[in-house]
Amino acid sequence: MTLSFQAAVAGRGFDVDLAVQPGETVAVMGPNGAGKSTLLASIAGLLRPDRGRAELNGKTLFDLDGGNRTWVPPHHRGTALLAQEPLLFPHLSAVDNVSFGPRSAGVPKRDAREQAMRWLADVKAEDLAARRPAELSGGQAQRVAVARALAADPALLLLDEPLAALDIHSAPLLRRLFKRVLAGRQAIIVTHDVLDALMLADRVVILENGRIAEEGPTREVLERPRSSFAAGLAGLNFVPGTLDGAGVRTGDGLKVSGHDEEAGHLTTPGRPGVAVFPPSAVSVFLTAAHGSPRNSFPVTITDLEPHGDQVRVRAGSLAADITPAASADLGLVPGMAVHFVVKAAAVSVYGT
Amino acid sequence: MNRPAAPRTDRPRTHAAAYSGIPAWVRALAAVAAVVVVLPLLAMMLRVDWARFVPLVTSEPSLTALALSLRTSAASTLLCILLGVPLALVLARDSFRLQGLLRSLVLLPLVLPPVVGGIALLYTFGRQGLLGQTLEVLGLRIAFSTTAVVLAQTFVALPFLVVSLEGALRTSGSRYEAVAATLGARPGTVFRRVTLPLVLPGLASGAVLSFARSLGEFGATLTFAGSLQGVTRTLPLEIYLQRETDPDAAVALSLVLVAVAVAVVALAYRQPGAGRRGRERTTAATPAGGDVR
Repeated sequence: MTLSFQAAVAGRGFDVDLAVQPGETVAVMGPNGAGKSTLLASIAGLLRPDRGRAELNGKTLFDLDGGNRTWVPPHHRGTALLAQEPLLFPHLSAVDNVSFGPRSAGVPKRDAREQAMRWLADVKAEDLAARRPAELSGGQAQRVAVARALAADPALLLLDEPLAALDIHSAPLLRRLFKRVLAGRQAIIVTHDVLDALMLADRVVILENGRIAEEGPTREVLERPRSSFAAGLAGLNFVPGTLDGAGVRTGDGLKVSGHDEEAGHLTTPGRPGVAVFPPSAVSVFLTAAHGSPRNSFPVTITDLEPHGDQVRVRAGSLAADITPAASADLGLVPGMAVHFVVKAAAVSVYGT
Repeated sequence: MNRPAAPRTDRPRTHAAAYSGIPAWVRALAAVAAVVVVLPLLAMMLRVDWARFVPLVTSEPSLTALALSLRTSAASTLLCILLGVPLALVLARDSFRLQGLLRSLVLLPLVLPPVVGGIALLYTFGRQGLLGQTLEVLGLRIAFSTTAVVLAQTFVALPFLVVSLEGALRTSGSRYEAVAATLGARPGTVFRRVTLPLVLPGLASGAVLSFARSLGEFGATLTFAGSLQGVTRTLPLEIYLQRETDPDAAVALSLVLVAVAVAVVALAYRQPGAGRRGRERTTAATPAGGDVR
């Protein structure tokens, strides 16, 4: 019960090698255009990669390597796809939508209907059975769509931002539903929301520019991000460079001192590494602050924005969170040259 | 529906119209356009000899022609559906070389003079035609038969069905089909249970338009099938023939075709949603005036 997937689509700069273990839910995250939808479409059979091979539970999905031309059409793959929009068939009632999968598998009408009612009950939507999709709210329709996907008995469930189109009232309910139905189920969920990854997935895969930038258990990735996208998700400042004695030196000569996360790595200079620190640890000064062990970077403010009860001061890719009072005292405006100061003790440095 | 008593201020009496921004001269030209279409029909109706209308319309040649027209138009509409649905699907959803060229060629009969279509058909299925000799060997003689009438009608009517169905297929997109396939439905099942029901309104209006075009077919029919009473003389041909001998009969029969055309247009271009089956309940999302039956 595993998925092994390796495929490349030259036209989209997509080249991904991914495995999903039995009963494992993997969250796929990344910026727009990173290849998340390409990944799902290739697995579901809606897109034909240029090369690669994939297997699900020992069954070949496609094998396009070394002159092979094996290609299993979507309806023989057992990979139900649930998209951002529910896409319920508008001419069928909710229960007929849910029984569509079993009916397509050849289950007699009455049995398929019984199964559909059971799945509708499982997502707490049995009272919606007779309704047409046009009579359902967004949250109700997505619940019926979940039942429809599960009723098809997929070996692998593919979820493409299933909560993105829902309003803030229905999303938590659906998230709890996913938490329940994804437990012990083999699934891939594409999401923009770090909460989905934390709550629903065992592992997170970060895609950037059609390649896997980083992957690992969700908590580990968020605590020790190795890609700027993951650092952004975790809300951390991220300075990539090369390890250099007591810190990281960036390409343009900036040096960030920090404490050694993996004892010994700082003593092997020249390796690629990152310095990571939370915006809340950064103070803003009008003049360069001295006194070791502190880092002081001259920066130009690009943006000021509210962030909870703080003001987030952005300067390029770096951010500092300060109180509104401090911001007013300093008279901060975009375009102003200031110094970001962070204690070395608040900076984690590790190799990548 | 109760309309509140008109208030004294001179507000528009019907529902307040949004600002349209149409210049007065455009309105005037639009009125002229409407007159160009409506006036000839009106003029014809003024010439109808109502006293003799029923006997003229129910005379033996008239009824024969009407029956033949209805029979052949029904047959060609069926043929259009049978061949046009696959063609529209391939044009809308597939991608292959020369697809654009095929689409243009299929639409050609829309703009081609029907008599040219008739000549083309004659040189395909006629005795001296491309396939005619082969068919002759098989004992099939198509030209100047009822089959020729159906073929001529199908030739001119097929684009109507293909165009309206291809539009409907493009509008509905193929996302439902993709979902259906990932739920385990094979292509045949997807076509039957998802694609066809979704584009049924487009298919229906396309079929109605094809039927109307078949019913009005004249030029290609006359060229390719001739004008044999009871065999190839459809209602438009009968009208043209009667015009020489009995103009009153021609006018009366024309009125019958106008009536059929009005019914067809009403069927094909009824308000979207007005004919939907009424199991839907009103929800907050239903726009005001939504049909509840």
